[in-house]
Amino acid sequence: MPLFTTNLTDRIGSPQPRIFNRARGFGSPSLLLAILLILVAGASVFIFVAHLYPAPAPISRDAVLVDRQYNLTLYVTGVAFLLAQLSLAYAVVRFRDRGQKARFVRGNVGLEVLWTCLTFVVFVGLGVLGRKAWADVRFTLPASGAIQVEGTTYQFVYAFRYPGKDGKFGRINPSFVNAPAGNPLGIDPNDPAGGDDIVVSELIVPVDRPVELLLRSQDVVHSFFVRELRLQQDAMPGMIIPVHFTADHIGEFEIVCTQLCGLGHYKMHSLLRVVSPSEFDAFLNRQAMTR
Amino acid sequence: MLASTIAESIGRSGGANGECFGRGGGGGPKYPTPQRVYVTGMLIALGGILMFFSAFVSAWVVRRGLPNTDWQPIPLPHILWLNTVLLAASGMTLAYSRRCLLMGREADHRHWWDLTAILGIGFLAGQLVAWRQMVAEGLFLATTPGASFFYVFTAAHALHVLGGIAALLVLTFRLPRRLTPETASYVVALYWHFLTALWLLILAVFLLGG
Amino acid sequence: MSSDHPASTAVHARTGALGGIFRRYVFSTDHKVIGLQYFFLSLAAVTIGLFLSLCMRFHLVWPAAHLPFVTGGTMTPEQYLALVTMHGTIMVFFVLTTAPQSAFGNYFLPLQIGAMDMAFPRLNMLSFWLTFVAFLVALSAFSVPGGAPISGWTAYPPLSGMGEITGPGEGAGQSLWIVSVLIFCVGSLLGSINFISTTIEMRAPGLTLTRLPLTVWAWFVTAILSLLAFAVLFAGGILLALDRVAETSFFLPAGLVVSGELQTHGGGSPLLWQHLFWFFGHPEVYIAILPGMGVVSHILANFSRKPVFGYRAMVFALCAIGLLGFLVWGHHMFVSGMNPYSSLTFSMLTLSIGVPSAIKTFNWLGTLWGGKIQFQTPMLFALGFISFFVTGGLSGIFLAQPALDTSLHATYYVVAHFHIVMGVAAIFGIFAATYYWFPKMFGRKMNKALGQLHFWLTFVGVYAIFMPMHFVGIAGGIRRYADASGAQYLVSLQPLHGFMTIAAFITGAAQLIFFYNFFWSIRQGEPASANPWDATSLEWATASPPPPDNFAGQFPSVYRAPYEYSLPAASQDFLPQHLPSEHDAPSYEGSC
Repeated sequence: MPLFTTNLTDRIGSPQPRIFNRARGFGSPSLLLAILLILVAGASVFIFVAHLYPAPAPISRDAVLVDRQYNLTLYVTGVAFLLAQLSLAYAVVRFRDRGQKARFVRGNVGLEVLWTCLTFVVFVGLGVLGRKAWADVRFTLPASGAIQVEGTTYQFVYAFRYPGKDGKFGRINPSFVNAPAGNPLGIDPNDPAGGDDIVVSELIVPVDRPVELLLRSQDVVHSFFVRELRLQQDAMPGMIIPVHFTADHIGEFEIVCTQLCGLGHYKMHSLLRVVSPSEFDAFLNRQAMTR
Repeated sequence: MLASTIAESIGRSGGANGECFGRGGGGGPKYPTPQRVYVTGMLIALGGILMFFSAFVSAWVVRRGLPNTDWQPIPLPHILWLNTVLLAASGMTLAYSRRCLLMGREADHRHWWDLTAILGIGFLAGQLVAWRQMVAEGLFLATTPGASFFYVFTAAHALHVLGGIAALLVLTFRLPRRLTPETASYVVALYWHFLTALWLLILAVFLLGG
Repeated sequence: MSSDHPASTAVHARTGALGGIFRRYVFSTDHKVIGLQYFFLSLAAVTIGLFLSLCMRFHLVWPAAHLPFVTGGTMTPEQYLALVTMHGTIMVFFVLTTAPQSAFGNYFLPLQIGAMDMAFPRLNMLSFWLTFVAFLVALSAFSVPGGAPISGWTAYPPLSGMGEITGPGEGAGQSLWIVSVLIFCVGSLLGSINFISTTIEMRAPGLTLTRLPLTVWAWFVTAILSLLAFAVLFAGGILLALDRVAETSFFLPAGLVVSGELQTHGGGSPLLWQHLFWFFGHPEVYIAILPGMGVVSHILANFSRKPVFGYRAMVFALCAIGLLGFLVWGHHMFVSGMNPYSSLTFSMLTLSIGVPSAIKTFNWLGTLWGGKIQFQTPMLFALGFISFFVTGGLSGIFLAQPALDTSLHATYYVVAHFHIVMGVAAIFGIFAATYYWFPKMFGRKMNKALGQLHFWLTFVGVYAIFMPMHFVGIAGGIRRYADASGAQYLVSLQPLHGFMTIAAFITGAAQLIFFYNFFWSIRQGEPASANPWDATSLEWATASPPPPDNFAGQFPSVYRAPYEYSLPAASQDFLPQHLPSEHDAPSYEGSC
């Protein structure tokens, strides 16, 4: 006889399986749990579907593609979410201990294969369908005639540089950086191409023209995010990272920094102004005259 | 030969409790702790150490391959070749020392074991000389990225060798309580040979780097 | 209760000739003591981490408030970021990596495999003390000049790589953070060696791999992940430390200008840190969740009185998640400047990892289906785990697609996602394990009414906190922002923040019920038998709490699979693993 006792040796030969006490004092946990699950699932789905806290309207074709993929993903995962939470709710009520014997089953290989394949097809299928929205933005070069703007970030400022009339950016040399003296980007004064460069604190672009934005950082990792463009890109020190977009709505849209960059991270923001082509030319001319 | 000596050493220390739990499979003698577990533990530790150095190798690959990089090839200190010979020799003396142990030749076993430790210390001394040769070339830790990696790789490896030497010396003076001498020497040998192989890998990295 | 065991010589042998409180409870090599030490360490850590998060939530709603007991004035942005950093660091390392694996794994792995202790008890003790020291070093970052670091638990350079010039807390605070992490890595690595060796070599006779409880499988796979992932973090941490103190340029590019001052680094790559960090960081989150999954499977079977549905599929899923977990790290870097083609590859792999996760969810439902469900407190938390894992996992489907991640990265949507899987589901796994194994560890049961109340309040509370967070993120609410005074559009999201903060305080307060129940029950709880839950695994085949050598000299052999509940022909609805057959008395004799 072993030194320790277990319930089995205590009760060998006893025909009555022990039944746990059901919960007392709080009603039936199963029903409450099921109700809570249904409420949570229902409320969540409702808020999503009712777009109570939507992302702002998209302002480019690429952004519209992203939204379509988002909606597709939302429907698919929404269905999965509801099915799973409601199945759980059903199971906890239907199979609560009412004195029945549990149905002994080890598994079902066919079912395993089925739901494995189904899940794989759905999840990876979503990824395949979402490829275009990514590829159109990231695998393509900006259209010809794109306006080039350089976006430089440093703690906690955005500075946007236009190449000016000569269409060329002046060389950047970090040893020339001197914000108080009016050269925050470190444009090399010896480079004639930099003489007409325009540096402003907001990103001004004409509507319906492709824009190539070259992102740089002077100190730490920052980021460029415009919700309406559905475009976000980190500015990585030591790299120049190009992104491109074509805004098709006139307006003012906020640029925020999303990569933790120091104590001023939450205050680092700027504006994307999408203006008419004539206004954009006027802006460039105005800036050219003040140099 | 190695496989049979392993089997021998484990089998011998498996001992009296080996046949106790006959039913079912998968079990073995439990108490005292089976000797096999020390070998398993060392192998797993070596997996972790390999992963650690792999991270450095990945970092080296990326850092070297950056565009517009400041990478310059470093001149390998000549003494590294002597150090490699010392380390390889120490591996051979260790293997021979174990052979003597398993054949019951205690005195020879100790002699070659101590020689292994001495060669190991020689390796470490040689690595220090290598560092001095680097400094003489003007290559300090932060001078170039290649130099940085040189110091990081050699220092990390040397610290592990130091640990191995400590184990060799400790076992010279006292026998472990839970391990048989055969198992202890086997585990140390695994570690030591691993470090030798690792050193060759590191050398290959340096040579590839130019 | 615990001292009435005849194995007094065993006690003597285990604690050494000195005996005494020091040897038994402080510098003990007994895995049960070490498991409890880890448990109480993570209990202290979660209390501190929770407090930090409540300070954060408070600040987000009342940024101008005076907090005399916290900051001595209003909270500055850098203090907020220090809270963010330390909250994340403490919770991820000292709670989620420690409690499920090091605490419960240490205590119950040897028991569940019928062993006397871990393979390397002294190494085990060393692991704990290293973790403890790492914790103290991390906390000390608050008290140095400049305070705790502000770079987040992710510590991206150059922000974290250049010292005080990038911000307050980046001097001594960041250095202490790195030292803490390095020490933690070593403790973790040593622990992994123990777990893996023990599982491979120390199993009871008859305990084949297909008879292992899923908790053991989960701890085993987690330990392998731990071994490989922490080795990489250790390497990365060393390189970051060198960049900081030795002016190397692993991660720091040339030509940086910080606050107008030109820096003189070579051509390093900040992206390199991100790759190294996330190569560790992604397996780390699976380290945090896999043990919880094992516990949930274990508890579901126990309280549905049915075997786990699809045991082999569950093992396969654990291994698949473990393996794939090493191949998806790039999904943290979609907008980082990484090659966009790599992003698609990482995306497909990330979506694939949803498959074994879904398999596990289906199998849990399958375990419940046709069962005889008993709603003990551990079962409630296990059921809650399923609900939260589904919610958190599905929100990951959005983040796994780079086109969608471009708008969700670094927003509160991500914060919602990882809190629901880690800060809720994994924590529910810890709660479930605590309520389930409390009787075994302390010989007493926790109070049932208080446990159930704790469950209901927490279940509703965390949904109230984290569901709205998704909406904040979709609308563009950015994470790690000290307040909403930057971008204009953030102001409209403040009502949601207010709701979440109130929910957070209420839910935080509800945890006091757990604390009270826990500590009260240690002394005053209803005494528990050896097997109060009528369970089948080996930890229930010994007294509560177990004797020092775990089985009072009668080490079990294993005769069957781990979840033999409600076998049709049996006379009762469970067959313990260690009993040969329900009609024979145990028949091994002698002093084996």
